[in-house]
Amino acid sequence: MSNRYELNKNLAQMLKGGVIMDVTNEEEAIIAEKAGACAVMALERVPADIRRDGGVARMSDPKMIKSIQRAVSIPVMAKVRIGHFVEAQILEAIEIDYIDESEVLTPADNLNHIDKTKFKVPFVCGARDLGEALRRIGEGASMIRTKGEAGTGDVVEAVKHMRTMNADIRKIASMDEEELMTAAKEMGAPFDLIKYVHENKRLPVVNFAAGGIATPADAALMMQLGCDGVFVGSGIFKSGNPQKRAEAIVKAVTYYNDPIMLAELSEDLGEAMSGISVQSLNENSKLADRGW
Amino acid sequence: MKIGVLAMQGAFIEHINALKTLDINGIPIRYKDEIEEIDGLIIPGGESTSIGKLIKIYGLGEVIKERIVKGLPVWGTCAGMIILAKHIVNSDITHIPLMDIEVVRNGYGRQLGSFSKDVEIKGIEGGAFPMVFIRAPYIERVGEKVQVLAEIDEKIVAARENNILATSFHPELTDDLRMHRYFINMINERTNR
Repeated sequence: MSNRYELNKNLAQMLKGGVIMDVTNEEEAIIAEKAGACAVMALERVPADIRRDGGVARMSDPKMIKSIQRAVSIPVMAKVRIGHFVEAQILEAIEIDYIDESEVLTPADNLNHIDKTKFKVPFVCGARDLGEALRRIGEGASMIRTKGEAGTGDVVEAVKHMRTMNADIRKIASMDEEELMTAAKEMGAPFDLIKYVHENKRLPVVNFAAGGIATPADAALMMQLGCDGVFVGSGIFKSGNPQKRAEAIVKAVTYYNDPIMLAELSEDLGEAMSGISVQSLNENSKLADRGW
Repeated sequence: MKIGVLAMQGAFIEHINALKTLDINGIPIRYKDEIEEIDGLIIPGGESTSIGKLIKIYGLGEVIKERIVKGLPVWGTCAGMIILAKHIVNSDITHIPLMDIEVVRNGYGRQLGSFSKDVEIKGIEGGAFPMVFIRAPYIERVGEKVQVLAEIDEKIVAARENNILATSFHPELTDDLRMHRYFINMINERTNR
């Protein structure tokens, strides 16, 4: 692998133990930075609004992204549609720190993802299980996030995807070497990466949790399940007191194993985002099913 | 010997693993009472704004400062260097301002400016050291008592002031353990004094 790929994986390592927050303007970006976010995701509409508005969701206006880059000193990420390599070229041109090839936007290619090895900037991609994660890493992703179900405020899918990932890793780790090729075939994952997971008992890149995290307890739950950090999308700026909630989630990711601290942090945060239960969604409105 | 690794946010596991390879017990530090028990402290890479905020709120910053003033060996990598700097360019916020250096945050720009390079370090034998810079800071100016250990194109990337060591780069992201040994020697020098 190239040196650039190593540097890109290294940046994800620096984000660990942190919270990456969705922000839609400079003011929100500054609130996020002050609250202790380790990076921000610049986008025009948070997933809850994308879900409500319907229509086609695309890459954000570069002008808006640049204004956020000027407003904060922490890394700035932005989303492109699955398979839309020109949106990715545009974000690389404005020197974005990380591109999220995201199922939250409307896919531009219904069969293929971006060949991320053609880019110098790093990519993070969503995954529901080990096979999907390793396909994205095979395409050049240098960071993974479990998908969850964005814009719902319901953590159930994030938990499901993290548990599936962990179970898949345990399974591969405990296999005989003879069984690895068939596992690669069944999971639809590159053989060399299956071998890596077998030998190292972990993903070759950092793995954050995403999609439905709305409270400090949700964030700590995902950390206790073994993720390296969390993305919070609609959960902060769709809540009653964004600043306080943002700070509380940052603290909860550091002190995720300390229930007394978590109890303190969870007090008096105002209203959480109202949310939609994933169970009430019909199958074709699930964003997590986008991705191949 | 117990070396604490500040575990608020960032790449602290990598330092703990590097110490483990050297048979040293690296302890993640999240509470101020844990700082009393350690012989040295590493402040790792991550985001200095996140780390700085958390050590302030939970009172670790003050306790760490007191111990460093009394001689505790400390090593800041990347964000850790910013945490220890007395002056930060374009910022009036400082964190544990004990090292007489002026640092430039994101000195090499955004992620596209991240790079690696093999460079000699004063006091580190065995040839050039593989330096990894991730959205790294550099030191623009040092005070009289600060010893410059390494420079790239006249930008200072490693320096020491008595018991305080700072590097812009990340030895914990490589297999080269010489910088960790150097820090362990700083701790031994102090305890054997």
